[in-house]
Amino acid sequence: MPPLPFPPTVPLSWYLILSAILFTLGVAGFLFRRNIITVFMSIELMLNAVNLSFITFSYKLKQVDGHIFSFFVMVVAAAEAAVGLAIILTVFKNRQTLEIDELSSLKN
Amino acid sequence: MDALLFMIFAAIAVVCGISLVLQTHPISSALSLVGVMGALAALYLLLGGEFIAAAQLIVYAGAIMVLFVFVIMLLNAGTEHKSRKSPWAKYGGIPLLVAFLGVVAYLLGNTMPAAEAVRFGEFTHGTALDIGRALFTTYLLPFEVTSVLILIAILGAIVLARKEID
Repeated sequence: MPPLPFPPTVPLSWYLILSAILFTLGVAGFLFRRNIITVFMSIELMLNAVNLSFITFSYKLKQVDGHIFSFFVMVVAAAEAAVGLAIILTVFKNRQTLEIDELSSLKN
Repeated sequence: MDALLFMIFAAIAVVCGISLVLQTHPISSALSLVGVMGALAALYLLLGGEFIAAAQLIVYAGAIMVLFVFVIMLLNAGTEHKSRKSPWAKYGGIPLLVAFLGVVAYLLGNTMPAAEAVRFGEFTHGTALDIGRALFTTYLLPFEVTSVLILIAILGAIVLARKEID
């Protein structure tokens, strides 16, 4: 087998940097997208990125606490998705739009 | 082998994440998010989190994303328009995000020991046995509070979806 062009294992910080990249992508989606459902999905992406950080630190500290925390994050995300999508349904029923630029009743 | 698997799944996660931001149709974004979640489940397995990897696939990629796709199809959400009303987000957003990512990556590269490598199989306390034991002893109260939260969320979702606001 030919030797690989990179070391056989990766440093721990690469996982954390991947987590940071995914979080930044989530923030970018949150800022630049105009569809309310896609904005909501960007929030889920940010939660996933944070979960990866939790699991990585759990590996580093050799403790199971990070796994428990990301389990709770998952539960809260499920609850948030249920309530948030119900709110989106209600908004669409009343306003017939999903564009966040047009949903500006709270502005001013 | 570890590094190869990390590269593959990290590349899938990043490409799917970029695709989530760049696609204009919500269904494409949702499928990209499923790709991110699947790749992250594989990375959790590499870090020794068996239970969390399974829960990620079942709860996130399964249940939550089905809910998203269901709502997108129910509301018949189409391609979004390019209406940019905020010049702040347009011109200030990308430089700020790149700066944020640079600062975080710099700090991580400096503070985390570079020699510490992730080896598959070194952390074996992520099984359902360990998670369950911690959940029902140390974290019993948060676990019970979570069930109350879920109950409230179910009730709230039902009330919100039924109510007719004039």
